[in-house]
Amino acid sequence: MYDFDLVLPASVAEAAAAMKADGAQALGGGQTLLPTMKQRLASPEVLVNLSGLSELVGVSSASGTLSVGGATTHAQVASEASDFPGLADLANHIGDPAVRNRGTIGGSLANNDPAACYPAGALGAGATIVTDKREISADDFFVDLFETALEEGEIVTGVNFPIPDVSNYQKFVQPASRFALVGVFVARFGSTVRVAVTGASNGGVFRWSDAEAALSKDFSADAVNGLAIAADDLIADLHGSAEYRAHLIGVLTRRAVQAAS
Amino acid sequence: MPDGGIGAPTKRREDTRFLTGRGKYTDDITPQNTSYCAFARSQVANGKINSIDTSQATKMPGVLAAFTGEDFVEVGSNPAGWLINSRDGEPMKEPKRPVLAHGKVRHVGDAYAAVVAETLEQAMDAVEAIEADIDELDAVVDMASAVADPGTLVHDEIETNICFDWGWIEDNRAATDEAIKNAPHVTTLELVNNRLVPNALEPRASIGEYDPGTGDYKLTTTSQNPHLSRLLVSAFVLGIPENKLTVLAPDVGGGFGSKIYHYGEEALVLAAAKKLGRPVKWTATRTESFLSDAHGRDHVTKIELACEKDGSFIAFRTETLANVGAYLSNFSTATPTFLHGTLMAGNYTVPNVYVNVKAVFTNTAPVDAYRGAGRPEATFSLERVIDKCARELGIDPVEIRRKNFIKKDQYPFATAAGLEYDSGDYDALMDGLEKVADFAGFEARRAASAKEGKLRGLGINSYVEACGIAPSNLVGILGARVGLYDAATVRVNPTGNISVMVGAHSHGQGHETAFPQIVADMLGVDAQTVDIVHGDTSKIPFGMGTYGSRSLAVCGSAVFRATEKVIRKATLIAAHMLEDSPENIEFSDGVFAIKGTNKTVGFGDVALKAYIPHDYPIDAIEPGLEETAFYDPANFTYPSGAYASEVEVDPETGKVTVCSMVALDDFGVVVNPMIVTGQVEGGLAQGIGQALLENGVYDENGQLLSGSFMDYAMPRADDLPSFVVDHSNETRCTHNPIGSKGCGEAGAIGSPPTIVNAVVDALARGGHDVDHIDMPVSPSRVWAAMNP
Repeated sequence: MYDFDLVLPASVAEAAAAMKADGAQALGGGQTLLPTMKQRLASPEVLVNLSGLSELVGVSSASGTLSVGGATTHAQVASEASDFPGLADLANHIGDPAVRNRGTIGGSLANNDPAACYPAGALGAGATIVTDKREISADDFFVDLFETALEEGEIVTGVNFPIPDVSNYQKFVQPASRFALVGVFVARFGSTVRVAVTGASNGGVFRWSDAEAALSKDFSADAVNGLAIAADDLIADLHGSAEYRAHLIGVLTRRAVQAAS
Repeated sequence: MPDGGIGAPTKRREDTRFLTGRGKYTDDITPQNTSYCAFARSQVANGKINSIDTSQATKMPGVLAAFTGEDFVEVGSNPAGWLINSRDGEPMKEPKRPVLAHGKVRHVGDAYAAVVAETLEQAMDAVEAIEADIDELDAVVDMASAVADPGTLVHDEIETNICFDWGWIEDNRAATDEAIKNAPHVTTLELVNNRLVPNALEPRASIGEYDPGTGDYKLTTTSQNPHLSRLLVSAFVLGIPENKLTVLAPDVGGGFGSKIYHYGEEALVLAAAKKLGRPVKWTATRTESFLSDAHGRDHVTKIELACEKDGSFIAFRTETLANVGAYLSNFSTATPTFLHGTLMAGNYTVPNVYVNVKAVFTNTAPVDAYRGAGRPEATFSLERVIDKCARELGIDPVEIRRKNFIKKDQYPFATAAGLEYDSGDYDALMDGLEKVADFAGFEARRAASAKEGKLRGLGINSYVEACGIAPSNLVGILGARVGLYDAATVRVNPTGNISVMVGAHSHGQGHETAFPQIVADMLGVDAQTVDIVHGDTSKIPFGMGTYGSRSLAVCGSAVFRATEKVIRKATLIAAHMLEDSPENIEFSDGVFAIKGTNKTVGFGDVALKAYIPHDYPIDAIEPGLEETAFYDPANFTYPSGAYASEVEVDPETGKVTVCSMVALDDFGVVVNPMIVTGQVEGGLAQGIGQALLENGVYDENGQLLSGSFMDYAMPRADDLPSFVVDHSNETRCTHNPIGSKGCGEAGAIGSPPTIVNAVVDALARGGHDVDHIDMPVSPSRVWAAMNP
């Protein structure tokens, strides 16, 4: 690890100001950033610690929306997002207890790891990512691998999830990292269904529109039968071929619908 | 019977310090004025070193010295411990393994320079300032092409990538070929024994110290084998006289083989300490461990089993490519040969065996012994091809094994692969397995799984291995460059408590608890009054370390012999004290008595007399009560076992869940059954890890794809079932005094074929015609096999 300065802001405003420094980097729970720094693969000059900011921590729900503060840990979402059980369950299966007690939703979304769980939850629910500057819909937020619509220095302060009628997240773990080899989040809002897939694509989290259309007509596992997703842009690595991932997307979508029904 | 003798399930006394954070590992030790070392390691698999410029690095803050391969041109190299001859009689190719790469780098992670600085961060910063001009060359990764198309060489000077082309037993070759040619049935299987990264919890670490006042060196290091490190550093690498070098191996957090060997980093910190006159410390990062620890396994094998139509075995024949990586690690040439080929008769009376192994250099990390070392590879090949054969012939897998088992009245049994098994009872193990694993209830469990949409399979395995390594006379003939005895000193202190200096090194095996049980049992004292001393070449007489499930069978036997000597001498002293002749003295439960009388003297009083020799026959008996024994075994020991596992396969995803794992082992006499259970369970976890999860994978450029825990899947608790472990079926080892055979590797040997057999069985029962799936049997591989 290289030397760096650590800033402990007292407010989001102070954090935003600190983020203007050269080489500044926001620090959430540090579950990706700190190991990367320890390996000398990242060398921020200034770390702005967001995880101590009480105004960024908390889970609340009102009028069909679940709001989660940007620095809320996965463990807190798992235990407090009971109004959105599909999301609570997703949070409860991220990493291990140590990760869930440190990692934050804002950190996970801002990092946009192509195999992370939260991007599937946010995109699948059609969440709105709130920053210190604006609100960004999940459909616009996830740009590419490890790339989001966030601008330099922009801080994720919270996430607003519309609470679906039913939802479920199916995660098939990569055996080493236990990130999602493939993860599928299915959410039904009335007769509208959203299906978000993580872990599988070279472009990061994405919506499976064919499945959404089929499930919006008939929300049953059978509705997905016969739908195939092209393997062309899917990830192939030592844990599974693109074809295998394509196959798993179908299996997990069916299972998610079954579990949600 | 005293407290805690042989057979007592005593809790491990060392766990008090391990579980309360009081263990003292190499990195916990920081001598005064310590400096810190970091290595520059190759990022390419094969490269020509044009120049290494450390001039900028040495100007960096805090930097004390920098080293490159040039600094070690004049010293020796790290040798292979076994000389293997090829089938044509030619000795193996043995390219130099320098302290730091010189001329070429040969694998990703190959160290080509080192920096010593006041702090670790300064050393790491300076490493980044080293200017290395290295031309990347094509990498030799795939063994088949390394052999077939040696256009690219790992070592130019040997003009081939083949280290040796070994046949075992060459005299049996023609007969085996003929038998297979004429056999009514031949089953052929090609399989891969996947490369494993050892991943000891504690990474390698070394501290070099040099005292300019005395010229004494001290190496504190993560070693399973401190005397071997001393020997290699002294006699082969740096030329430091053995009497001027102490090697300490304090608490060591797991080895699994990877810490048997001497590594260049150990020589580097010693040389640097001499140059600087200061302690020099290096601790591997996890990344360095992945890239530079000796890996395990990595065989590609074609095995043929010839048999009668009724399943009677006629011959086994194998052709194996064994990866040795970029350099020959110390045991790397023994592992695929004499620890592998000699076991290729398995538990069977098969009359013909022929094994061919080509050891292949590649631009990958060195490969050497890893828990089981050659024997898991042999067992996996045998037990997979036997299962396939049984399926082809429609014979029950238990039946085909029983038909060919060596029977208990056939011992000693000389196998077709050149070993003489001294004892065993494989039918008894299989009888027990059928009951304990409840074969009768399998069908009901399978039906229950089917209702849940899962395919259930039952896999079995029988294994035999060779432990208690090793009879020096025999291994000398086979090419070993060292003897493989062990040594112990039993020192009875004046007040009667006992220190036992042992050559074996404990890094998870529980020696501190088990060895005292032997002494306590023999002397009739409480085991708590006996302590062992290990891991310090200045304190212990000699040792060949801990590996190959040898500690109890070999070093424990040395403890036994030394304790016998103590009893003999104490008997003389007791005879004097009791005023009778030694022939009339008997010793039991810690008391010397004149036979047939109630005239007695206790062991403690005899010990005190030995050290306060007043009224003592000083002309006939020396004072003191301390004896040393070297024990060289007459044969290997032959633990065996029968394992069963049930798995469920999710046909939609290919995911395998291990539902049960039953291990019945014959370890001979068990000194501490609780420790043995722990050893077996650890081995089972590693074996299941190999079977389902772990895989050291290099890409075609020689980059380690599974170079971190993000991609290298270690088994976790929730990957494993509750184990059923039973070692009650014991047959004594006939040639060592304790009767023990060794238990450390069994679980890792017996479980991989059990798991794969179970997966193939599950698929077969589900209507899938799948002969074999290579390990790790990952979900994607199972799915691909089911959807060809």
